[in-house]
Order: sequence, then structure tokens, then C-alpha cells
Amino acid sequence: MNSLDQYIELYLEHRDIVDSHSAPALNRLRPEALEVLERSRLPHKGDEGYERTSVDDMFAPDFGVNISRMPVEADLAATFKCDVPNMSTLLGITLNDTFHPSATLVKRLPEGVIFTSLREAAEKHPELVERYYGSLAPLTEAAVALNTLLAQDGVMIYVPRGMKLDRPLQLVNIFCSREPVMAVRRVLVVIEEGAEAQILVCDHTQPEAGASLSSQVVEIAVGRNARLDYCDMEESTSATSRHSRMFVRQEADSYLNFNGITLSCGNTRNDYNIDLTAPGCETRLSGMVIGSDRRHADNNSVVRHLAPRCKSNQLFKYVLDDDSTGAFEGSILVAPGAQHTEAYQSNRNILAAPGARMHTRPQLEIYNDDVKCSHGATTGQLDDEALFYMRTRGIPEREARVMLMQAFMTDVIDSVGIEGLRDRLRHLVERRFAGVSATCGDCPVNS
Amino acid sequence: MSKLLEITDLRASVEGKEILKGIDLTVGEGEVHAIMGPNGSGKSTLSEVLAGNPAFTVTGGHVNFHGTDLLSLTPEDRSHEGLFLSFQYPVEIPGVSMTNFMRAAINAKRKYFGEEPMPATEFLKLMRQKREIVELDNKLASRSVNEGFSGGEKKRNEIFQMAMLEPRLSILDETDSGLDIDALRIVAGGVNKLRTPHNATIVITHYQRLLDYIKPDFVHVLYKGRIVRTGGPELALELEERGYDWIKEETEK
Amino acid sequence: MKDQEKDIEKDLSAHHEEIIGSGEYKYGFHTDIDTDILERGLNEDVIRFISAKKDEPEWLLEFRLKAYRYWLTLEMPRWAHLDIPPIDYQAISYYAAPVQKAGPKSMDEVDPQLIDTFNKLGIPLQEQKQLAGMAVDAVMDSVSVKTTHREKLAEIGVIFCSISEAVKEHPELVKRYLGSVVPPRDNYFAALNSAVFSDGSFVYIPKGVRCPMELSTYFRINAGGTGQFERTLIVAEDDSYVSYLEGCTAPMRDENQLHAAIVEIVVENRAEVKYSTVQNWYAGDKDGRGGIYNFVTKRGLCRGRDSKLSWTQVETGSAITWKYPSCVLAGEGSTGEFYSVAVTNNRQQADTGTKMIHLGSNTRSTIVSKGISAGHSQNSYRGLVKVAPAAKGCRNYTQCDSLLLGPDCGAHTFPYIDVLNDTAIVEHEATTSKISEDQIFYCNQRGIPTEEAVGLIVNGYAKEVMSKLPMEFAVEAQKLLQITLEGSVG
Repeated sequence: MNSLDQYIELYLEHRDIVDSHSAPALNRLRPEALEVLERSRLPHKGDEGYERTSVDDMFAPDFGVNISRMPVEADLAATFKCDVPNMSTLLGITLNDTFHPSATLVKRLPEGVIFTSLREAAEKHPELVERYYGSLAPLTEAAVALNTLLAQDGVMIYVPRGMKLDRPLQLVNIFCSREPVMAVRRVLVVIEEGAEAQILVCDHTQPEAGASLSSQVVEIAVGRNARLDYCDMEESTSATSRHSRMFVRQEADSYLNFNGITLSCGNTRNDYNIDLTAPGCETRLSGMVIGSDRRHADNNSVVRHLAPRCKSNQLFKYVLDDDSTGAFEGSILVAPGAQHTEAYQSNRNILAAPGARMHTRPQLEIYNDDVKCSHGATTGQLDDEALFYMRTRGIPEREARVMLMQAFMTDVIDSVGIEGLRDRLRHLVERRFAGVSATCGDCPVNS
Repeated sequence: MSKLLEITDLRASVEGKEILKGIDLTVGEGEVHAIMGPNGSGKSTLSEVLAGNPAFTVTGGHVNFHGTDLLSLTPEDRSHEGLFLSFQYPVEIPGVSMTNFMRAAINAKRKYFGEEPMPATEFLKLMRQKREIVELDNKLASRSVNEGFSGGEKKRNEIFQMAMLEPRLSILDETDSGLDIDALRIVAGGVNKLRTPHNATIVITHYQRLLDYIKPDFVHVLYKGRIVRTGGPELALELEERGYDWIKEETEK
Repeated sequence: MKDQEKDIEKDLSAHHEEIIGSGEYKYGFHTDIDTDILERGLNEDVIRFISAKKDEPEWLLEFRLKAYRYWLTLEMPRWAHLDIPPIDYQAISYYAAPVQKAGPKSMDEVDPQLIDTFNKLGIPLQEQKQLAGMAVDAVMDSVSVKTTHREKLAEIGVIFCSISEAVKEHPELVKRYLGSVVPPRDNYFAALNSAVFSDGSFVYIPKGVRCPMELSTYFRINAGGTGQFERTLIVAEDDSYVSYLEGCTAPMRDENQLHAAIVEIVVENRAEVKYSTVQNWYAGDKDGRGGIYNFVTKRGLCRGRDSKLSWTQVETGSAITWKYPSCVLAGEGSTGEFYSVAVTNNRQQADTGTKMIHLGSNTRSTIVSKGISAGHSQNSYRGLVKVAPAAKGCRNYTQCDSLLLGPDCGAHTFPYIDVLNDTAIVEHEATTSKISEDQIFYCNQRGIPTEEAVGLIVNGYAKEVMSKLPMEFAVEAQKLLQITLEGSVG
């Protein structure tokens, strides 16, 4: 049986409920999404680009979808505060898939900035949501169509022209359902011409939560000359599955610095699609995966240089312990006419235990001669000589290993653009390597 | 003394920015000219433009090189006609041995003049002879062009190539930069050995130091794309002593 | 000092006087010779006919028919970065042989026209005229025309003959190894080849023997409307060594011709096989009309401990190339190497690379791939490095460079790296860039015209691979590179 069938059935039986708990701008695309789904299937292992992760299997369990938008029984929204020192953020929280602004969020948001539930945005600013919703994520793809079919709400972030935010926007996604649940998350980010923003997204699963799947589609439009720092951090349980597809369009002379951090996960697949559509764009895409137990993380990036004089730089690092598996597939595509392209990609991996596995496919597809492109991939172990040297200086092996792993991740941590977060991340990574659960100790989510 | 090179009102730009703003310079046979000037004054641009680097656009002027219109020639034909540029930063060409490279150059020139290619034994003999002029190690000759050469070795290699090609006019672009005193002496000695009454040399340099070894007949100061002053060897000494600021001030006036 | 002088002289003699040729594909002629051509089409009767023509034993006919029936269930692979027009397998003749007496025993019995053809290709069949130290098996269309130096090689136990003869004279060896490395069900083109293969070479090097001369097979497609489906099998017993070369050419024709070959190599304990290819099939004209479709499966099994297999290929020809010479490193401590230069110009397409499958512990592999694209061509490297869970201490290094000449060509890199053991070290580095304008200008300044400069620079870029070829081939390959790229830089 096709894993899509149960969701198509759910929709067909409860169309009215789905639509009535959403907004017209979102309902508009559902019929088309349905059409696509009726003649497609979700990718499984063996499909090109999905050699190591079956999306079909991810969606196969009988997850509950909260289509009647029942309120979540939790007062986290009232008490939650993310306590990263030296970092004051404008905070919003999603419980399963429902957005809750923090108490002070609305008051503190600068005028013109939108950071709210997608449904609310669609009701208040229908023309804005209609312009961007579904404009970057191709509806022809089964996973996008499924998200579009069932997404009733989500998060909208909008930074108007020329606005430079002085504080990061923080979105915390929390799974807190004991029942198996699928959160259909949809995120729309629009950074207008000349605007600057920093966004931090933290994905958590409460320890007592049951099996859950986050099905996420993120659309990001970065306008001319705009700058966006975006850090997406996953710290969840082994019962969590995450399927995240991100689509970015960058306009002329824009800058994007994106970090995808997988501190801990269950079964994760992240897709990063970045289109550099006009001259002068710069993109830095970096990621890290720390794998342990039987966890699995698969990152797939496609950076498309469609215009001249753009630069992109990708860096993905994995440390895999126990029986964890990692996969990385990264493509650089340089279109005809994209002169003076500079595109680099690097994937470095450490296998720290006999059961760990790594699969790498870095790819270059180049249709233009005026380019400087390179990619490199290595998979190996911690440097034995360094380890020995440290031990001769009296550092216990275990500690030395943690230090080396930590050192290995330094450049990814340093690439994070949000001040204050880097130190916290360094701390989290160290704890994670030391075998302590990598949670922000004082975060009530984990209490 | 007959004229070898005659530059009139030469103007050139790179990426739309005018660097040479009307250069006039005449070089006669047997002469050594030094071109000095502060950084960014256009010294290297002048040498690249004379050699025909396509990265530069000539926007005006004329260059007569012993009767030919230099600017109408391809870079390789300029070379065949006897123009040699010793690059400030010689490029590395991995995998191409010096031997093959030089042989291709020599035979292209012979072909240009309707001559047969040089037999291998004669060529090897010539290599050996010319190597000695700059004390270039045989090891370097069997390596790839400039690959893994030290700064001094690269410069010696340039002069070695100059010896092989026997140019009418050699332009030495900052040949002294990055050389220690021994290397400088070897390089300069090589240049002096190659002087004849019929060829000429343009030495582009920032410092007087090289001119102690290669004695110039004329010294020109290039500033903001123009030759702003011309004199004898004493001008170089004066620049060494007083720096360039007084030239700048005089020019700005 | 003496050694350096020698190096220089070696370098000079390799640098051919007229390295710039006429630009024409000089092997594009066709020999008008009586040819026994089977009617076009493919069915079980055709397979029976080929088998009967070669007087094959029953088991081999069965082998072919099984492969054919399996092939019928398959579809052509589409995963490569290639645009392959539909191929009508019924429009191809699967057997074409120049008419001559069966198995010529001496040169007198070989049709002078054939001798002439191979002379024109630079492959003299008269032993006395050959380069010393090289034995040749000359294959025209579906049959081996002549294998030289056989007797001399037989004295030390080396078998070098056409595979058709091997089937008759050494059936036990052929039966044991045929299909053992590339099984008929391996892939679409392997199944097709297993069904209809005609001729090719068989090499057997007994224990402890270092083959004293280079063994070489020259493949020639001559007849029109045909395909070539040769099969090569090389077995190197314990402690043996052989260096094997293959060359290939075809006439210029407007039609596309299919070449679907299989090469199987078995390398036993401490044995070493070097396999070099200079592939110069007709590439089609500048608008992409005609040319050979080169869909080849080449694989070696390093079965023995400390065995070694080294592939070197210079790919300049063919309209479309689909080819991944691979090493299965099963024996502990075995070594696999792949050195490749692939040049594409005009409308050529190439999707080529290698697979290094590390099954044994302490196995190591090296991949050096140099792609050069010009004109409107598309050139892809595709390679797999896999380290099996039980293989400890494995090492791979991959360097994969692409050079682009001109704005309309494409260069692509698709490596697959699967590391299933935590003691492995696997490194992959790839770069793509255009030919350096600084280098060209430097050459120009020394009087070297741009076209020649490009040739020099490209040959320098490819040198690491070229230096792995035997001397005679290296000179030829250098010229080929230059000729293939002529007119590609304005």
C-alpha cells in the first residue's frame, strides 16, 4: 500500500473540516495538490537521491493529524523561555503544529514585521501570503503536495523593506503528544529588499512524547541586497522522524548564511534547495550531524547557480558513533550563462565506531566554462597521532576523543551567524560528545 | 643609434578603468631604460600591454617596434618579432616540462621565419649552454614550467628563457622583487651577459637596488599612468634618497 | 646528472615533431573487402547461427541463450548523464567477418588487404615489422584476423589467442572463468554481449610468469550496419604479471554503430595486471552525425592476496561513452588503480569512471580522473568507492579534475562514496575550472600560438595519467588529445 493513501483518504473524508480550520490562501492550492498526489508516490530507497532514506516508510505509520485543530493541553507556552545567555530573542513556539506567540512577542515586534501563525497572516495579509505561499516549493513533488494538502497553519515571518532587526527571531517547535502524531508544518519567510534578519529555529521532542513525524516545508525569499542568517537546530528523540524540505530563492546581491545542526535525531531527512537567481548572490550553507545509537540523518543540498557572479560555499560535517548512519548528497549546478561562478562544497566525516556507516555523494554539474568549482569529501577516523600525543600529555583517551571531535566541528560552529548562539552551541556539542544529553539544561522543554 | 621602440600617446584600460593615460617613450638599440614609480602607477600594465595581454584594452596611441605596428600583432608574433617580457609573477604550468615548453617556443619562432625545427641534439646543447648563464640547475629544466620553483628560481628561469629566445627588446618587470642578494647578482649578471649593441632592455623596478647591477642609460618616473620625469642614472639615486612624495607633489601642482 | 639528461631526452622523443596533425580523423577510411555479413536482426536463431559459425560447444550456446532471454526482460539503463537516442536492435547485424581461410597459420594465408588495413592503422601484422616486445591480436568486426607471437609466448606457457580459439583449445579455462567476473545478468549491455559476443582476446598467464612482452589487441569496426561485441578474458595466476593494451578505431559513417564489449580480469595471489586503453572510435562529425556508441562493461576481480589491477584509459573517441572499468578488491591487501583521461569535443557525450569495491581488508585504491570538455560536449565522471563492513584498514584516494574549454560544454562529477567500516580512510577531491588565461598568455609571450599552447597545457594537465601508459601508446595518446581538441579554442 502506498503511504499516501491514508492521507488522501483522510483529506477526502474531512475536506470541509480541513478547509474551515484554515485560510483561503492555503485552501486555494489543495485541489491541485490532491491531483498531484493521486498520481504519485513518496520516494523510497532506490529512487535517485533517496538511496539511504525512504520517505515512504517515514510516512507509512498511522499518524494522527490534528485537522480539527484541537488545542494542545500544555501550559508550556506560558512558562517557556529559551535561556541562551547573551541572547535576547523575539520568541514564538509551535506545539506540535500550532503557533503560540510568547507573551511579549507582539508588543516587542518592530512595526511592519510579521512573526505569527500562517493562518493569521493569511487572514490579515492575504495578498502577501498568496504571493509567496507555494511560489518556491514545487507542487509537482509528492512531499510538497502532501504538505500543501494538509497544512492548515504554520508560521509566517516577514521583514519589510530596509528593516534591519536588532534581535533574532526564535521559533521553538515542540512535540508534546503521547499519541503518534504528524505535525504538518509550513513556514514562510520573506525578507524584503535591503532588510536584515536572524532566525533561530529549535526543534525539540519532549522525552515522554510518542512517535512523531514532522513534515515540514519551508519557503524562504531573500530580496535584493537583503541578508539572512538562519540557524535550524534539531535536538529530538529517537522516536522522532523529521522530513524537512527547504526552498530558497535569492535575489541580486543578497546574502544567506544557513546552518543546519542535527545535535540529536531519530530519523531525519533534510533537503536544502537554494536558487541563486540574480547576479551577486552569496550563500553559505553549513551543517553538522552528531549520530549515535541507531539514529539516521540524511542531508541533501542542491545549490543552483542561475546567474553570473554568485558565490556559494557548503560545508557539512558528520561524526557518527555506535550504529548510526549518515548520508550526504550535495549538488552544485552551474547553469549556462552563469559566468564568474565560484562554488565550493566540502563534506568531512568521522566514523567513531565499528557499526557506523556513511554514504556520500558530492556532485558537480557544470554547463559553463567561466567557473571555479570544487568539492571534496573525506571519511575517516580521529587522528591517531593527535590522540596519542594528547595522551602522552596526560589527557585521558575519552576526553581526548571528545576534544578532537569538538575541534572537528569548530568551523561549522564558527559559521553560525547569530552572536551568543555560538558559545551555547559549542557547549551543547561538547556535552553531546561527552555522552551527556545535549539539551539546554535550563530549557523547561526538557524538564 | 637607430630606434627600436617608439611609444606614442599609449592609453590602456582594464575593466573600464583607464590605467595608462598617454605614455610616450623611445628606446634605441643598445640602450637600457629604467622605469620607476610608486605602486599602482601603471608600470606592470605598461609591460603587459606591450606584450599584448588580452586582459587589457588599448584605447589609444601607437607603438612602433623596429618598423612593425606592435599593437596589431598577436602576443606570439610580438614574441617572434623579438619582444620578451620577464613576468613579475611567472605562472605555473603543471605537467608541461620546461624542455617541451622551450622547444615549442623555439620551433614556433623558427616556423614564423620559415625555418626548419631545431634538431633535438642541437636544442639540448643550446639548453645546456644557456642554462649556465643564469646558473640554472639541470633539475629545474626537467621539471614542469615554474611548478614548485622558489621565487628566485622563477626569476632565473625567466632570464634563462630570455637567453634561449634572444629577444631584441627585453622588459624586466620587477625582476628584483623577492630576490636575495646572491640571486639578484646572478640574474643581473645574466641580463648583462645577454646585452649586445643591437638589443635593448627596459627595467621596471621599484627600487634603485637592481640598477646597481644593471646600469641604466635613462631613468623614467611613471606616475598615475604618465611618464612625469626623465633623467639619467642620477634620478634613480635621487628617488632612492628622497622617495616618491616630491614627485607626487610636483605632479599634483 | 646523466639521469636527468636521459629524462629530458625521453621527454623530447615523446614530444612528437608534428604533434599538430591535420585535425581529420585519420582512421576514418573503410576497407572494401569481401565480408560475410549476417542479415540484420536479433533473435534466438541469430544466436544459434553465431554459435554454430564458431563451432561452439553446447554449454556456450546455452550461456548465450540464457543471457539473451534475460536481456529481453530488461530496459536500457537511463541513469547516466547521457542523451542516448533510441537504438533499434533489430537494425543491427550481429555478425560480420572478412572472408578468409579459417585460422590462418602463417602470414601468407592472411588476406593482403587485411594486412594492408592494419598497416594503415599503424599495426603491422608481420612480426618482424613490429615493435619489439609487443604481441598483437587484430580483431576486425566479429573475428580475430591474426594473433602474432603466439608460439614464442606458448614456450613460457602464456596463452594469447582469440577467444574463439580459446573456446576450442582451452575449453576448461574458458568455462571456468567466462562470466565469473561480469555475469550475464550484470547489466543490460552485459546481457546483450553475453548473448551475441563474437570475438576478442584470451590471455592466460601461468603461475610465476612475467609476460615478457606487451600483449595488445587492436579492435577495428569495418563493415557498415554492424555492431561489435567483443569479449576479453584475462587470467593472471599467482605471482604473474602482464601488461595488456587495447586500441580501437572505426570508419567515418553517418550511422551510429554500437560497440558493447565485456572485459573480465581475474588476478590471483600477488599477481599484477596492467590494462591500458586508447579509445579512438569514430566520434561523429562536428554536428554529432554518426559515431560509435561505446557501452562497455570492464571489471577485474583481485581475488588473490596482495594482487594488483591497474586500469589506464585515454578516451578520445566515440559519440557516446558509457564505461566504468572497475576493481573488485576481494583479496586481502589487494590494490586497484584507475587512471583516466576523457576528452570530449563537438557533440560527444561521455559518462565514465570506475568502481572500487573494497571487500578485503587492507585493500587500497587510487582514482585519478582528468576530464576535458570542449565544443558542445558533455563529460561526466561517475564513480563508486565502497568499503564493505568486514573490510578493515582500507584506503582510497580519488582526485577528479575537469577542465572546460569554451562556454557551451559541460563537466559533471558524480561520485558515490559508501563507507561501511570505521577503519577506512576515503578521500575524494574534485575541481572544475576553465583553462587558465594566464597560462595561455605566458605561452603566447614565449611565442607559442594559442592552439599549441592549449595542447601543451592540456597534455600537462593529463600527464599524471599519460605517464602510466606504455611509451609507444603515450606518444600516440598525446597526439590524439591534441587532434581531438583542435579548433576548440578560438
